[in-house]
Amino acid sequence: MASLVLMVCMLGSALMLRLVDQVRTRATLEEVLYFSSPTILKRLSLGYDGLLADIYWTRAVQYFGSKHHEGAQSYDLLAPLLEITTTLDPQLIVAYDYGANFLAPQPPHGAGMARRAIELAEFGIRNNPDEWRLYYQLGFIYYMELKDYAAAADAFARGARVSNAHPFLKVMAARMAEHAGDNEMARMLWTTAYQSSTEMSIRANAAAHLRALQVDEDVSNLEKLVGMYRERTGHLPSNFLDLQGTGLLRGMPVDPLGHSYKLTAGGRVELRIPDDFPFVHKGTPPGYVPPIRPKILPTD
Amino acid sequence: MKARIVAIASNTFREAVRDRVLYNLIAFALLMSGAAILVGQISIDIERLVVINLGLTAVSLFGMVIAIFIGIGLVSKEIEKRTLYTVLSRPVRRWEFIVGKFFGLAGTLIVNTVFMAVGVFAALLYVSHHFQQPDSWILVALYFIILQFVIITALALLFSSFSSSLLSAVFAFSLFVIGSFAEDLRGFAGLTHGLTRWLATGAAYLVPNFCALNVISSVAHQQPVAGQLIFYNTVYALIYAAMVLSGAVLIFEHRNLK
Repeated sequence: MASLVLMVCMLGSALMLRLVDQVRTRATLEEVLYFSSPTILKRLSLGYDGLLADIYWTRAVQYFGSKHHEGAQSYDLLAPLLEITTTLDPQLIVAYDYGANFLAPQPPHGAGMARRAIELAEFGIRNNPDEWRLYYQLGFIYYMELKDYAAAADAFARGARVSNAHPFLKVMAARMAEHAGDNEMARMLWTTAYQSSTEMSIRANAAAHLRALQVDEDVSNLEKLVGMYRERTGHLPSNFLDLQGTGLLRGMPVDPLGHSYKLTAGGRVELRIPDDFPFVHKGTPPGYVPPIRPKILPTD
Repeated sequence: MKARIVAIASNTFREAVRDRVLYNLIAFALLMSGAAILVGQISIDIERLVVINLGLTAVSLFGMVIAIFIGIGLVSKEIEKRTLYTVLSRPVRRWEFIVGKFFGLAGTLIVNTVFMAVGVFAALLYVSHHFQQPDSWILVALYFIILQFVIITALALLFSSFSSSLLSAVFAFSLFVIGSFAEDLRGFAGLTHGLTRWLATGAAYLVPNFCALNVISSVAHQQPVAGQLIFYNTVYALIYAAMVLSGAVLIFEHRNLK
């Protein structure tokens, strides 16, 4: 009899908890942030601040992951979670490194808080002046999100002075003045991000950006060829074979995922599956609305 | 004298084992294996850090709880059960009883810590696949945790020598918390003036300083621990424990057990 009651009560309590969860879906995180002051939390940790920082970092990752998954437009708790994490453990490089990546990009790819990302990276540099990746992150945010090329060059130059810095930092600092704003510079930055990270989601994001840069360049070049064809023949090509026929193009042009590009009747070059390229600026059909949840393909 | 202390210490160790104190190792093993397997799936790039931080924190907290809850009953339980009279009716001095009890519990905690250390290194090997040279600093963190146990065991014994189990637990736990804030207390003393400054400074030096004995975060980041700190911490913990034990002996020597 007692064992029957035990089983029924166990099942009943689990069912009730599921109902409770439906009523208060956001309660867990709100409770975590009940202590919003990182300094008080550090004191309350009784010296076990390393473990608490790991817990808060995991919360930040979970929070960003769930928001990103649902294509959220606001990430209100992300910055406080990262601030608590890094105050508890100022040597937790991964929190600055990936945290800035979560904070800086515009929604839905990130929280759209480039200034908070810069503050986080600067706090990290103050506590870990020998970590070249933090200078790289700082320069990256200035370059990509704020288009402040002078500040980006300064961050890369500071990072290049660190003893074990990636050699690209010196190159990037030197080339910034000449190539600021062009695709080559952006490609160099994303390539470094791809090569210097072991985290699959970061590498996938960098690979998606590199593919998008390639598409932007392909579409520009192909549309230039379409213009040249029009100048020569007086009319638009009906397909890419026409361009090949005049010697302007060799072979069928394909996007970085191997699908052939489309040539529209109006002379526009478009992607066959634009949803596969979440960061492109060119090659999408007129009025194209990207999916709420960006499609980041897995990468090698 | 030495044989009597060893006999009391080994009895205390056997009693602790009989009380199933080492069962906490099962909970610890479950915690470590769960963390090692799960953390890689729910977080980014901190598997190694979590195993070290969680492992060493658990070693410290499990040990502290054992030290306090076993330590507070070492004398009072013997009085309640009237077994103390049987011991003291033999040629055993009261100070030998206290020192023997201290070594018995400290020994239990050291054995417990050694088993847990094996668990921490096994979990670390699971997530990292190999050991690195800086991982050896984890041994220093474990050594400092043992020094903390030595101090808290002495404190629990001190309170147990004159107070009830419940009050002893409250006192010992309070001192553990205050000891974790010892450096803040010293900072507070520096901000005050006159008599308050003297009192605050006195209190800051009187309470045990557990801050300096906690290097978990720095060894998790593979930062080395200075040899000088190891030496000073060792001497500090031994002197402090000897001071507290002397207090316990003094109280127990003058206690009317009738």
